[in-house]
Amino acid sequence: MREAAIVSEPNPLQRIPGVAMVLVLLIALFSVIAPGFLSVANLSNVLVQSTILTMLALPMTLIIMTEGLDLSMGAVLTLTSLCVAIVSLATKSMLLGLGAGLLVGTAFGLANGWLVAIVGIPPFVATLGTLGMAQGLSLIVSDGQSVVGIPHSVRDIYSATLLGVPVPIVMALVTYAVFHVLLYHTRFGTYIFALGGNREALRYAGLSPNRLLIAVYAIGGAMAGIAGLLMTARMNSGHPTAGLGLEFDAIAAVAVGGTSFERGNGWLLGTLLGVLSVGVLRNGLNLISLPSSVQVASVGVLVIVALFLDGLRSRA
Amino acid sequence: MTDITKDAIAPPRSFLSQDAIQVFYRLLAALLICAVLAVLSDSFLSLGNILNVLRQASLTFFIASGLTLVVLTAGLDLSVGANVALSACIAGTVIHTTGSPALGILTGLACGGIVGLLNGIMVTALRIPSFIATYGMLWVLNGLTYWYMAGETLHGFPAGFRQIGSGYLFGLPIPVYLLLVFLGIGTFFAQRTIWGQEIYAIGANPVAARLSGIPVARRLLLVYAVSGTMAGLASIIFLSRLNSAEADIGESLTLPAIAAVLIGGTSLFGGVGTVFGTFIGALILTLVLNGMNLLSVSANWQPLVTGVIVILAVWLDMKTRRRAQ
Repeated sequence: MREAAIVSEPNPLQRIPGVAMVLVLLIALFSVIAPGFLSVANLSNVLVQSTILTMLALPMTLIIMTEGLDLSMGAVLTLTSLCVAIVSLATKSMLLGLGAGLLVGTAFGLANGWLVAIVGIPPFVATLGTLGMAQGLSLIVSDGQSVVGIPHSVRDIYSATLLGVPVPIVMALVTYAVFHVLLYHTRFGTYIFALGGNREALRYAGLSPNRLLIAVYAIGGAMAGIAGLLMTARMNSGHPTAGLGLEFDAIAAVAVGGTSFERGNGWLLGTLLGVLSVGVLRNGLNLISLPSSVQVASVGVLVIVALFLDGLRSRA
Repeated sequence: MTDITKDAIAPPRSFLSQDAIQVFYRLLAALLICAVLAVLSDSFLSLGNILNVLRQASLTFFIASGLTLVVLTAGLDLSVGANVALSACIAGTVIHTTGSPALGILTGLACGGIVGLLNGIMVTALRIPSFIATYGMLWVLNGLTYWYMAGETLHGFPAGFRQIGSGYLFGLPIPVYLLLVFLGIGTFFAQRTIWGQEIYAIGANPVAARLSGIPVARRLLLVYAVSGTMAGLASIIFLSRLNSAEADIGESLTLPAIAAVLIGGTSLFGGVGTVFGTFIGALILTLVLNGMNLLSVSANWQPLVTGVIVILAVWLDMKTRRRAQ
């Protein structure tokens, strides 16, 4: 163990076995015990259902890399989904709906960033407070009721295909590409690594860590806005509890994907594999007709195990 | 998370200290809210409503008092609400099948305590940060409770058992007596016992606490177990008050409990705060929610207001700490 301590720079390649193994194990397990799991229809179902989670888990990776956390993402997604539903219902315009969702999501992201960076409240409490606010606003704007009768232009987004590929998957892939370029090929991405790893260095370099931090949380809010459009399209309605708890699946995907909660280094491809692991786990448990409650509990166990392993790694 | 180099020497704790002044301010705030509500609403000062506020506050207090100890160590327990739900459902089933309230109460307390102990093990032995460990636990418990109940509702408990939550003694609700008892025990434990003082020391400076020979891991285990057991106690009161148990009863409990702790002046960064402050915090929060209720504001507003209060409380805490330094 002592020799291992000399290795200070963690190599992302070392993590590939971890999360890939989880995914392969889960796929192998469910192909044996769950009939119909390996069918093309089911596998594409897993992919389409993982798209909303991808859009949350990617920005969550950036946030966790800054040693932060966003517990409000699921509640904000619920609120933006309602905004999309209400505005598109009133204006008959999908784009205006998306605009409203983006606006509200970004506002919440900025608020989270401001509370964390400027006010200095620990992220998990700041975002727990905004979680309550978003949840309350969802109940208030919807009066606790579903918003139904939204235009076809919104609903079609979820079912349409582009060159034979479902539009949600196209959106998720584009999002992944954008995040990949942003994190690994721009200066902003380098700064994000520094936010978690060495914030002092940023300050010495004449940059404002606070502004960068706010930007990272704002990206999370904006992505919750876009995911809100997909959520509304998928359910063909807005519902005041639709996305509650989704932030947990996102955190699970990030944790399983090997992004560390303490050292500020993240791995987007790992998060993508983590999203698929969570998706396969939920889908497989569903196929062997275990209720969603068991799925929730098993994702919880998955997170705790992943964090335990992460802790072992960081101490090794 | 906490800045270890600052205030390396924890100030000696005595009862009439900065804490007492902080509690005094909060009592004033509570009285102010009472005065405002008495002017705005005719029914606020009725005996029925005041007893109702006290009973409501006691439910929040039971969860929040155990949580206070956790926050004093610079930790957090996000699983308390889900713990209440699971404990209530299991205790309810035991009472239904055995017909013995005593056995049910013991099971509820034990269930809560075991969950708390598991939290403590995750934080100490597995070294997972407490907010994320208990957040994972929240979803594990949620899943277990929904699976266990399978959509059913437990309903109808023995009359004697229901007295715990809804009965009166000399004109006061029984939960209020329990509140006084646990307020006394909690204050004595935190302020007047060595273990209590060690908990403050761990929160103020974990490294110094370890170096001065405090068994940090064991104290942390104790703190999380107490938090869980208090959630178990709250589950019993809930069960007997509602006379029913459902899987979703815990969902709206965690945020108010955290709010009560933070309003009460306990610092998220550990080492500062009192159990009595948490009681005042629970009272203030209940008064605000009760006032909204009396002024016929829709219950849909409650999560929003609670969320705002949580953030305001932390912000105030940080401001006063910054001024003190």
